[in-house]
Amino acid sequence: MPWDRNQMAARAAEELQDGTYVNLGIGIPTLVSNYIPEGVDVTLQSENGMLGMGPFPTEEDIDADLINAGKQTITELDRTSYFNSADSFAMIRGGHIALSILGAMEVSEEGDLANWMIPGKLVKGMGGAMDLVAGVQRVIILMDHANKAGESKLLKSCSLPLTGKKVVNRIITGLGVFDVVEGGLKVVEIAPDVTMDEIKSKTEATLVD
Amino acid sequence: MAKKTYADASQALEGLLFDGMTIAAGGFGLCGIPENLITAIRDSGVKDLTVYSNNAGVDDFGLGVLLQTKQVKKMVSSYVGENAEFMRQYLSGELELEFNPQGTLAERMRAGGAGIPGFYTKTGVGTLVAEGKETKDFDGVTYVLERGIVADLAIVKAWKGDAHGNLVYRKTARNFNPLAATCGKATVAEVEELVEVGQLQPDNIHTPSVYVQRLIKGDHEKRIEQRTTRVA
Repeated sequence: MPWDRNQMAARAAEELQDGTYVNLGIGIPTLVSNYIPEGVDVTLQSENGMLGMGPFPTEEDIDADLINAGKQTITELDRTSYFNSADSFAMIRGGHIALSILGAMEVSEEGDLANWMIPGKLVKGMGGAMDLVAGVQRVIILMDHANKAGESKLLKSCSLPLTGKKVVNRIITGLGVFDVVEGGLKVVEIAPDVTMDEIKSKTEATLVD
Repeated sequence: MAKKTYADASQALEGLLFDGMTIAAGGFGLCGIPENLITAIRDSGVKDLTVYSNNAGVDDFGLGVLLQTKQVKKMVSSYVGENAEFMRQYLSGELELEFNPQGTLAERMRAGGAGIPGFYTKTGVGTLVAEGKETKDFDGVTYVLERGIVADLAIVKAWKGDAHGNLVYRKTARNFNPLAATCGKATVAEVEELVEVGQLQPDNIHTPSVYVQRLIKGDHEKRIEQRTTRVA
């Protein structure tokens, strides 16, 4: 069985290093915060201007002035700090955030990422994604292996407008874990009961040993 | 002390609005947006606006109300996914849109307000965002030149303010507000609480009064876009 979305998030949570500052994107990456391993202390950054993001509030603790980058209501912790958007992206662009886990529409074997628009169809915008991939020390993509049409999202080259060029370090899908290396993608882990042949047949990108 | 406080948003904007002008607005999503000033701009009927704002509100709230009335010619934003009317106007060619990465938009406002006409950033290099822009290599890495923003008017929302125009924001409602406040040729602020001069802690002021020319106390709906909760 390939990993489901929660299992993918749990696998991604194993990437979190104790004592680091981490930014989680919208979508599946948000689930990663539910699986932070015991003994690992990470501080979550929300790019709308907060370090030390806490869990969702109870109904009585909802505060319209306290939201995350996905515009969801959240809470603060005793370590929390607030700052303006320029300071927020100074810490992102300046390389002070250790890791960003983001969703994607497409990733290429060279580490190019596309996750912000489909021309003529879906015009939402990049939000903070271009700044994150340009500035954060390590970028991990957490996404389904195939799109809704069943086509590989791990490609030789992206067809959609890019969010960043050569910015992705690692990709986690339902089928396994892939590192961007010289010449293509290297399979570093396979989900339970998934075979290498299955991965090969469902991946357009070049796989290297 | 020159009088900066006004009775309401329309009076605070008097003489500052003209067709074809540029406006920088604070807020992230619907959090920390200048609700009263947006309504007053709608009521004024001013048109052909270019608006610098991270988001474009939702259909019936925030900057979305200026899209409903077709007062906006161009938006400069990082994310507009919550606004169906925006998408319709853009895809039909009625509205111009310039996407800026969120950090680039924030820095453009900060730079413009700080007298810095341009700056180099890694963000967007090799993407549509960098097309047609000058690039330069520093220490073997390519950066793109982005311009500072100076807007004809900045509109911001703060938690507390005093009659001098000192402002304090609350939690994540700070976001783009302090940056927008610096980059307006004129800046108008709306606050939840107008406090007596001397009540704000000088060490804790986020926007010093020099940046604010006019302010009002407003009532705020503070609508929530994504109400997410956990069980206690």
